[in-house]
Amino acid sequence: MSKLKDILSPFTAWGNVIKDPVTIKDPINDRPGAARYRGFHQNDIEECIGCGACESICETGAIKMVPVEGVEAKEGDSGLRPEVDYGRCCWCALCVDICSTGSLTLSNEYIWVDEDPEVFTFVPGIDKKSWDNRQEGWKRPGPDYELNIKERVQMPELKPEEREDSFVEIVKGYSREQAIAEADRCIDCGLCQATCPAHMDIPDYIRAVREQDLEEGFRIMYKTNPLPEVCGRICTHKCEDVCAMGHRGDPIAIRWLKRYIADSISEKDYANALQQENPKNKDKKIAIVGAGPTGLSAAYYLALMGYSVKIFEAQPNAGGMMRYGIPEYRLPYEALDQDINHILSLGVEIQYNTRVGADVTLEQLHDQYDSVLVGTGLHTSRSTRIPGTDHKEVYQAIDLLREYSKGHQIPVAEKIVVIGGGNVAMDITRTLARLQNQKYGTVNIITTSLETEEIMPADQEEIDEAREEKVTLKPGWGPQKIETDNDHIKGLHVQRCLSVFDEKGRFNPKFDEDSTDFFEGDMVVEAIGQGMDISYISKKMRENLDFTQRGRLVVNNFFQSKQEWLFIGGDIIQGPDVIHGIANGHKAARGIDKYLRGELEYNERRNA
Amino acid sequence: MKMNSRQNNPSDRTPKHEYGPDGKPQIDLSSGKYTKVWQGPNHPGVTGNMSLELTLCGDEIVDAKTHVGYLHRGFEKLFERRLYMQVMPTCLRMCVPESDTNEYCFAEAVEELSGIEAPEKARWLRMLVLEMSRLQMLLRVVPGQGGAFGLGIGVQWGMYVRELVLDLFEELTGGRVYHMYMLPGGVRGDLPEGFRERALKVMEEVYRFAERIDNVMFNNSVFKKRAIHTGYIDPAWIDRFGIVGPNARAAGYRRDVRKDHPYLLYDQLEWEVPVLEHSDVYTRARIRWMDMQVTADLIGQILEKMPEKGSFKTPTPNALNWRIPLGETYVKAEASRGEYGYYVVSDGSPYPRRITLRGPSYTHAIALLEKMLIGADVADVGGIMVSLQTCPPEIER
Repeated sequence: MSKLKDILSPFTAWGNVIKDPVTIKDPINDRPGAARYRGFHQNDIEECIGCGACESICETGAIKMVPVEGVEAKEGDSGLRPEVDYGRCCWCALCVDICSTGSLTLSNEYIWVDEDPEVFTFVPGIDKKSWDNRQEGWKRPGPDYELNIKERVQMPELKPEEREDSFVEIVKGYSREQAIAEADRCIDCGLCQATCPAHMDIPDYIRAVREQDLEEGFRIMYKTNPLPEVCGRICTHKCEDVCAMGHRGDPIAIRWLKRYIADSISEKDYANALQQENPKNKDKKIAIVGAGPTGLSAAYYLALMGYSVKIFEAQPNAGGMMRYGIPEYRLPYEALDQDINHILSLGVEIQYNTRVGADVTLEQLHDQYDSVLVGTGLHTSRSTRIPGTDHKEVYQAIDLLREYSKGHQIPVAEKIVVIGGGNVAMDITRTLARLQNQKYGTVNIITTSLETEEIMPADQEEIDEAREEKVTLKPGWGPQKIETDNDHIKGLHVQRCLSVFDEKGRFNPKFDEDSTDFFEGDMVVEAIGQGMDISYISKKMRENLDFTQRGRLVVNNFFQSKQEWLFIGGDIIQGPDVIHGIANGHKAARGIDKYLRGELEYNERRNA
Repeated sequence: MKMNSRQNNPSDRTPKHEYGPDGKPQIDLSSGKYTKVWQGPNHPGVTGNMSLELTLCGDEIVDAKTHVGYLHRGFEKLFERRLYMQVMPTCLRMCVPESDTNEYCFAEAVEELSGIEAPEKARWLRMLVLEMSRLQMLLRVVPGQGGAFGLGIGVQWGMYVRELVLDLFEELTGGRVYHMYMLPGGVRGDLPEGFRERALKVMEEVYRFAERIDNVMFNNSVFKKRAIHTGYIDPAWIDRFGIVGPNARAAGYRRDVRKDHPYLLYDQLEWEVPVLEHSDVYTRARIRWMDMQVTADLIGQILEKMPEKGSFKTPTPNALNWRIPLGETYVKAEASRGEYGYYVVSDGSPYPRRITLRGPSYTHAIALLEKMLIGADVADVGGIMVSLQTCPPEIER
């Protein structure tokens, strides 16, 4: 029987004759790719920042970052866009999954016929394609799906109750494991390096953390920044603002990684790690006015080039604003001294307690030295000039911070009102809060600013930490009058601030007169901005210098002034912040070297 | 019946040649009695390229040598120059027709070395994809066995059903052949809406196909004559040659990694491992035919038991800097051809130190085939090779 079955059963295949065919007549038009199909690339050019993560992950080398017409490099955008070679692409879509901004996607289009083989290398989004606006296709699969860690490694900090009455540094610093984990998040795009005023080799030193070659990292940092201990703590980290990782998560904690490297090398190992000598092989002498970031940075690079450098400093210690403006809980003096000591170890001299203009004039320096660099910074305060500011209980934040840093007693009232919304305002607020805690065991400070919290210039972490330290913040109020009674301050009258800037973006605050408040206080501190004091430049010399219409000094790309021997940098030119000062100092040092070799003239103006 | 007498059935084999001390026949090519024939490297017996050097006496094979080297792409070396994440799109090309086993083994190995675990949902999805992958492979090789003996109709039907499975793959993974679906840490997407219903419909098609191929191929007197007693593997050779998968199960060995060393969530599924005894081409095809239905059944079970909700990917470190801790591991899975494993060594850098693949084709197609072919008819070589389910890309990596 089975034999007969074996002969007959294959004929059941004839049953298909009466069935409809299963094939599709016109598959190209009738059958689009599935909603998730990995077809051809699309790129949202506006959203793309040219970080090149797609290029890095591409296993076949199909993606190349190329400059394209109509896209300019700017802060946070390399100006490059991915070009895909379909001769190499394997459509794995890892480029889509790793894209920092989510601009790169794949459409579900899968047919592309052309006679010209060249067209299959194209820049998605720039070279227009029929599938450019297709909604369907491979997209990042869900919000939780990442090929990277979105959250940064949290920095261990002192708890509010541990720090509210002490000046011990708040931030504890990363451990080895934490630093490596944070460094691992970096995608090596280099947007940070382009944005950093000093153009530090950030991806390289982050790689050094990853590979635990900390001495190499240290050398990399010193190439562009001789104050890494300082910058590792209080840099304004413009790099982190543009970090590619910041688009969909937390930016890399670049500042903390810098601090990790700097802290890992002890001061006695600096010379060993940096392997540099001061050649002192040039007979030219350079005077620097001000031992702040600009002066120290320039001194360091000039000393390395072999020049004799002498710094004239008005205060009894070096550091400028880094010492006299920034409280110790943010930047301990030991850290600052570590950086300064290394610079001094190269043979840089500092003459303290010497104020240029009073103790020595610029003209004298010009006579004795081949070139002079001025980086005197912004050490005078601006006032709100509201009625009552002439009262003796009204103080300037910078003066108080400077006095406190020198070890002097500063007045601390039981109830204090601080005016200002920037980092200096936060510094003085938090310093006074600590002193109040020590003196009265409680904090009673109101800090008020014109700006609402969203647009306050202070760093968010400063604002948050001030709140944790029990400071009352009152953003969005404009100071009107300081109320006094029998020679004592009673408080500050304020009006609701409607807007700070006008349509043209100029400072022109508008107030709501019906909405007022009164902040009680026995003492008022103003922290609304700083000004420069360049009275040391004599009238005669001023005639030979260029000023802008708004009274700012004009210098060229190398910070050289119209008086070719005189270089000017730092907060009085750019900034204000430490990293600009360091960058200016480095550039000015190169400018001075060029000038002394006869290769630099003033005619190259800044394109300001 | 004369045909069967020439088959590789030991009981029928009568020594016609002089054998030397090495057990090989003493062949004097100048005697005019023998012919040398090269089969391959391109031929219907295998996907990919592999060559056989056959010495014939009439149309009986007296000596066979396997030659590989036509397909060497240096994958294992390429891996050493790639980040772990970049290995993914390369490793799945090790075996074109069944790429997911590569994905699974490598992803699992990386997870094991770095101490992370894929979420439960991802493990269900991985199992689903592995079974779908097995299914589409079997839809190719079961009728392919008929194709090798000249019965083309089953191949057409099989390919149609396979396309339906590939459609499911396209929906779920975004790719039809190279799925790139499993990554270390999980998978790349959840089930699309309505997938279960569509998948179950395709499974009905699979059962229908199994019935039809049973009629047309397994109950076909011509196929039976060609396949029964052809390509006999002595059960005693199983362990000597390291034979695994359906080839071992057709010789009475109950071997299945899914049962013996359950991975993923296979211990939550219920099925019987098919085992048969005759160990010839027909039995091996029959085992695969049974496997095909078991797999369709498993897919139904997975779709039914898989939880609705849940994360499908564990957070993993930056793919561009992912350093895997120092260590080594071997991860194996049951591919449609048998045990398939990845040995991964990490030296703690972002690049693997060594990745090597243990695939069943290496033993089946190189050592075993040389032995099996002796005494076989030259017309059956293609059929015998198909019955071993050889995949040369996995030999030459």
